[in-house]
Amino acid sequence: MDVQAWTYLIVGITFALYIGIAIWSRAGSTKEFYVAGAGVPPLANGMATAADWMSAASFISMAGLISFMGYDGSIYLMGWTGGYVLLALLLAPYLRKFGKFTVPDFVGDRYYSNAARTVAVICAIFVSFTYVAGQMRGVGVVFSRFLEVPINVGILIGMGIVFFYAVLGGMKGITYTQVAQYCVLIFAYMVPAIFIALQMTGTPIPQIGFGSEVVDGSGYILDKLDGLHEQLGFAAYTDGSKPMIDVFFITFALMVGTAGLPHVIVRFFTVPKVRDARVSAGWALVFIALLYTTAPAVATFARYNLINTVSDTQYSELPSWFKTWEGTGLIAWADKNEDGAVQYVNGKAFAGKPAFTDGTGAQGQRLISNELTDNENELYIDRDIMVLANPEIAELPAWVIALVAAGGLAAALSTAAGLLLVISTSVAHDLIKKQFNPDISEKSEVTIARISVAVAIMIAGYFGINPPGFVAQVVAFAFGLAASSFFPVIILGIFYKRMNKEGAIAGMLAGIIFTAAYIIYFKFVNPAANVSENWLFGISPEGIGTLGMLINFAVSLVVSKITPAPPEDIQELVDSLRYPKGAGEASAH
Amino acid sequence: MEKGKLQEYWMTNLKYLIGLLVVWFIVSYGFGILLAEPLNAIRLGGFKLGFWFAQQGSIYVFVVLIFVYVGLMNSLDKKYEVHED
Repeated sequence: MDVQAWTYLIVGITFALYIGIAIWSRAGSTKEFYVAGAGVPPLANGMATAADWMSAASFISMAGLISFMGYDGSIYLMGWTGGYVLLALLLAPYLRKFGKFTVPDFVGDRYYSNAARTVAVICAIFVSFTYVAGQMRGVGVVFSRFLEVPINVGILIGMGIVFFYAVLGGMKGITYTQVAQYCVLIFAYMVPAIFIALQMTGTPIPQIGFGSEVVDGSGYILDKLDGLHEQLGFAAYTDGSKPMIDVFFITFALMVGTAGLPHVIVRFFTVPKVRDARVSAGWALVFIALLYTTAPAVATFARYNLINTVSDTQYSELPSWFKTWEGTGLIAWADKNEDGAVQYVNGKAFAGKPAFTDGTGAQGQRLISNELTDNENELYIDRDIMVLANPEIAELPAWVIALVAAGGLAAALSTAAGLLLVISTSVAHDLIKKQFNPDISEKSEVTIARISVAVAIMIAGYFGINPPGFVAQVVAFAFGLAASSFFPVIILGIFYKRMNKEGAIAGMLAGIIFTAAYIIYFKFVNPAANVSENWLFGISPEGIGTLGMLINFAVSLVVSKITPAPPEDIQELVDSLRYPKGAGEASAH
Repeated sequence: MEKGKLQEYWMTNLKYLIGLLVVWFIVSYGFGILLAEPLNAIRLGGFKLGFWFAQQGSIYVFVVLIFVYVGLMNSLDKKYEVHED
């Protein structure tokens, strides 16, 4: 069987599985629809959290990014795992004790204010939409490459599947589908990684393999890679080139952003007890770490393989994957010195993304109309292809390649579903039930939630078809906003009893406006100015969420000091959050 | 339970939190970023140590930290009888 037949088979089986689970776990009540009846075992919740968390960006783009960034790629590895320590220690148990459905619920109740609730709802919807657009795009990319349908048709198919199980099953359906999706995606990630680790280093464990010698015994793979990089004029793979302050700030923004993402936080509302919330954060990180410690190994292997395969190779002798990806427009080659061979050195071959003409060159390569730069580099490679192309580059069997396609889809769909649920809950519960129509019956609330999921899917699909930017860039945006809005108000809400509504609203607004303005300015208004000389303290837009968070903390504390203390019953609420049981008696004293 | 006891429980919790977050900070921001360069002089097989902490070690420590906290808090909950049945 060829790759495409395998892909139809494996993707077909996994989709049938997701639909089967959705039918089995239909939701009846609002509690089932919003938080899966708060009855999810911690281990299953950990798995679902991991799938919810690991998006198309983690599965498809991350190893590719690290592959091109080397040491600098550590910002994603540490940034997207370290947040779970914050979640387990500072947020999850207390929010579980609080025992409501959503993050805006917490903000609204803790700060006894519908204005604060509304600000939180807007932040939640905004963060979730920025994030979900990237997922839909990821679905489209996988479909277009492996099933050879247009990207937009792929997005429509993805929308259909998510529609089915999110509308039907709500959080309950999503949770158990995510458990299945985790299994699919981790299997799909590990199998090629193990194959390649064996092939290149003789060790089946990728985490150890990339610190080992290559099979021919000519040296450690990382040392050899550093050597190749030096030869070709790149910065050493294990050193990186970003300034330290930027690495620090981006890592921090990603960590805190993780802990502030509403679709991650809400997962801890679904377990039965406070101690389950703690341990399920632990399980989530175990399942995430499995992929996140494999990714840098995959990145190293892919980089080494790529350079060895393409550097100074005649175009006519390149393996077939090169031409397949050239066909999708994610690889382009301009034979500047007309020697028929690929020169791959540091520098951009041309400005921007490749603009292909209809013609082909002397070697049969697709011609581009971009203006060429005067450096020697002739190759353009989109970072997103590294994970998807890796099995082909390493010449693995067809079923492994198909498996990777199914894994990429699982990662994108599971995250999309989690985000869509947050959006629908925000609309049905936080806006309609809590603000406009408190007397609404449970049945109509679930119906409204279902309708809002459906509408949210349409909007997400629209953004997937007309993407606002690169997948990873958009996601980075969501983190900065989550870090600068939710994280401080939740932390202060739990750990600082004196914190009041004036402080919370002022802090959230200050944090999110500052961060959004900085990002919008450098990314959309004046992208030409987006260089380190113009950045505030040398912090890039990706890392600015950390500063936004600090501003939020500072504004919150100052404003709450000069305004009245929160009412007595709120201080009792804070007390009750701090103890898994028995707080009611305590506050009676 | 009386308020003093609960206050004691909360203070112990905060003590655990501070201790664990210090470790959290040291392995990632310390070893992985601020001290990565000097640590890179030390080798762990084919890895430079600073690079290893940034791409592997810190993640392993994060996992351990959460389970240590779970263990500490489960026994603390029992000791102060605030655990759920």
